[in-house]
Amino acid sequence: MAENGKPKLALYWAASCGGCEISVLAIHEKILDVAEAFDIVFWPCVMDFKVSDVEALEDGEIDVCLFNGAIRTDENAHMAHLLRRKSKVMVAYGSCAMEGCMPGLANFYDRERIMQFVYHDSPSTDNPDGVEPQTRTEVPEGELTLPGFWNTVRTLDQIVPVEYFIPGCPPEAKWTEAAINAIISGELPPPGSVIGMDVTVCDECPRERSEKKITRFYRPYEIIPDPDICLLDQGLFCAGIATRAGCGALCPQVNMGCRGCYGPNEGVVDGGARLISAIASVIDAKTPEEIDAVLDTLPDPAGYFYRFTLARSLMERTRLERQNGHKVARPLEEVPRLDPALKE
Amino acid sequence: MTAISTSQRITIDPITRLEGHGKIEIFLDEAGEVANAYFQVPELRGFEVFCLGRPAEEMPRLTNRICGVCPEAHHMAAAKALDDLYHVDPPPTAKKLRELLYSAFYVTDHTTHFYALGGPDFVVGPDAPASQRNILGVVAKVGVEAGLKVINTRKRNHEVIKIIGGRVIHPVSALPGGMSKPINEEERQFIEEAAHENIEFALWSLDLFEQIVLQNSAYVDLILSDGYTQRTYYMGLVDENNHVNFYDGLVRVVDPDGVEFCKYAPHEYTEHVAEHVEPYSYLKYPYLKEVGWKGFVDGKDSGMYCCTPLSRLNAADGMATPRAQEAYEKFYETLGGKPVHHTLATHWARLIELLYAAERMLELVTDPEITSPNVRTIPTETPTVGIGIVEAPRGTLTHHYETDENGILTRVNLIVGTTNNYAPITLSIKRAAQAMIHNGEVNDGILNMIEMAFRSYDPCLSCATHSLPGQMPLEVIVRDANGDIIDRRSQYCTP
Ligand code: SF4
Ligand code: SF4
Ligand code: SF4
Repeated sequence: MAENGKPKLALYWAASCGGCEISVLAIHEKILDVAEAFDIVFWPCVMDFKVSDVEALEDGEIDVCLFNGAIRTDENAHMAHLLRRKSKVMVAYGSCAMEGCMPGLANFYDRERIMQFVYHDSPSTDNPDGVEPQTRTEVPEGELTLPGFWNTVRTLDQIVPVEYFIPGCPPEAKWTEAAINAIISGELPPPGSVIGMDVTVCDECPRERSEKKITRFYRPYEIIPDPDICLLDQGLFCAGIATRAGCGALCPQVNMGCRGCYGPNEGVVDGGARLISAIASVIDAKTPEEIDAVLDTLPDPAGYFYRFTLARSLMERTRLERQNGHKVARPLEEVPRLDPALKE
Repeated sequence: MTAISTSQRITIDPITRLEGHGKIEIFLDEAGEVANAYFQVPELRGFEVFCLGRPAEEMPRLTNRICGVCPEAHHMAAAKALDDLYHVDPPPTAKKLRELLYSAFYVTDHTTHFYALGGPDFVVGPDAPASQRNILGVVAKVGVEAGLKVINTRKRNHEVIKIIGGRVIHPVSALPGGMSKPINEEERQFIEEAAHENIEFALWSLDLFEQIVLQNSAYVDLILSDGYTQRTYYMGLVDENNHVNFYDGLVRVVDPDGVEFCKYAPHEYTEHVAEHVEPYSYLKYPYLKEVGWKGFVDGKDSGMYCCTPLSRLNAADGMATPRAQEAYEKFYETLGGKPVHHTLATHWARLIELLYAAERMLELVTDPEITSPNVRTIPTETPTVGIGIVEAPRGTLTHHYETDENGILTRVNLIVGTTNNYAPITLSIKRAAQAMIHNGEVNDGILNMIEMAFRSYDPCLSCATHSLPGQMPLEVIVRDANGDIIDRRSQYCTP
């Protein structure tokens, strides 16, 4: 606590698109309540603070740190460790920090493939000498450095222990508010909780769902769906059936399937695996072969099922552990994910 | 470039030291003059590669995650690339809805930039303490009412984006052949009301600029000063009358004398634009292929080009809406004819674009077709290659996709808005440093000057250099040859 009795708050963005930062500001005038209720000690996107200001704090001096963005470079990891050490409570804010989000799909490829395309094979690149960015470059006047770019996108809790998770790409303002109110009132749910609801997007979706068995998938551009009937019933892929509620079913309300940005529900270890079994249950088939035949009409299943969760998935963890030769920090199943007192 | 032994080195980190989103290094020679300046981008995300294998129609929802400040631009460039990929022509209403959403986005984006990021330098004044040069300082100067106008402009246009796009940040409604949802009459009325308010707001903003900036000769002199003047090629999207367009048209480039240099369709972009690689940055430097990469120099022989509101005005023959056209004419009359090479005039140009976006919104939303339920054409052709270009607020945005016959991506190339301006921004920084550092003395004004040069471009390195209420902290560290710090200056807090 600061001398004035206000809790100390830090906000940080690592490998982020900036949308999460904007979503914090999307609480509009309530942002003034935040400025009123907290002593903001670090928010580089918005106010002038230096990393040295954070370094100067006592360990554990920050009450809460809202951390958005994934971990992709040495710098991102450095900041995650620093802020963890200085904070009593670490919150993974948004899908990137929580589960890797879409940029986590980069884990299907490696660094070399990215460098090869961007600096050599891209049709607009002109690079006759085959130059690639280096962490150290000698220029005539001295040396320039760049942070190392990792092979793998990692979630925040694969790098440091995390107490709370706020899902969404980006989180909707009401959940940001709920989290902030919980912090102000001191009524925080048990550590490990996801701040949100534990029903699915279907429960918030106004479309009529008859759990019809489907015989094939359609690509989103192939049909014009009936506006009142469940998209999945009409053969359009919708991750809403295995995605945590909280957004108000925004995408289905404009005739587009959910892609799962709120992540899986409580207790689900692997969001993609959960989604596969949920989708399999609506397929009109009896044998595995028949299921496969229907799934064949869904292109890129890995990209659909793990759209937001690849970086934190079991599939991914196995790979990480093999690569590192040890268990990655804080495997998901060790984090109790209890229902927060914030249910609507 | 001659090799100079380093005697001093200055590092400027926008935002914070370990922010990881952009870094400026200035090297001095032994005489204490600027030997060189580097602007590094320490980030690479690899969207071109990890989108491979994905169905192309997901691109409007995948690529908007490149940037949370301008997801609408990626959403639209992707949608246009998909129309092209599937050889499908969306119904007129769908195109108008996309442009309507996009115009609302331009209004909020240009408003944010002017009032929170760039404008404070002028409205509050370039000599005012940095702690006041932000949105709060603007409010203090022009009144609380003005602050509310800004907040409400953002709010109502966000609502428009949500109505048409489904979400405010990362919209979802564009797909090959059109839009996923029409708008109804009630929604139309709301948007029409918003468009009227936007026009009023834009006119009010131009008036504010007139009173505060144009009627102050010191500010006008600053705009016209040498340190902020750069003669480059200019790029922008134009319609069939060579008027500025944000959503569709051909890319037109004019040379530093204002003469048309080339005009190309999306499919020809690789004939005109190439990207240079340096080992000290993850970001590439685009340049005009026909002129060639000549390093960080301006002029007709250097392939460097700019892509900003000022560039778009320079690259076009006028504006497509009446009041914006009036403002356009006044702009060039005041600044001595076309093209204008003064980077600080970009702020004024941005307000003219704001007015155009608002007027365009009203035209679109009062179009009798806008509420038509016919917003989708179902693609029937086999996908091949699709290239889509829109004008993002920070520069021409190109999405290039190739797929197999099932529409699964096999090649993706993206040239993102700010990237276009990477070389000219670097040159602007170097010029500011050369003007302000002599005999090893770092003038206090340097931070200010670099910051102002930087801000006029509104650079968004994956939103990186955006700091929302208008502060872009800069820190200068002067080191001797051993790397020891001998001087340290910071924009906001004096250590
Ligand atoms: S979670 Fe979404 S909005 Fe947040 S930083 Fe990641 S991509 Fe951007
Ligand atoms: S459309 Fe999606 S979210 Fe809505 S009910 Fe169907 S599966 Fe659930
Ligand atoms: S419907 Fe799904 S993808 Fe869309 S905002 Fe909600 S959780 Fe995210």
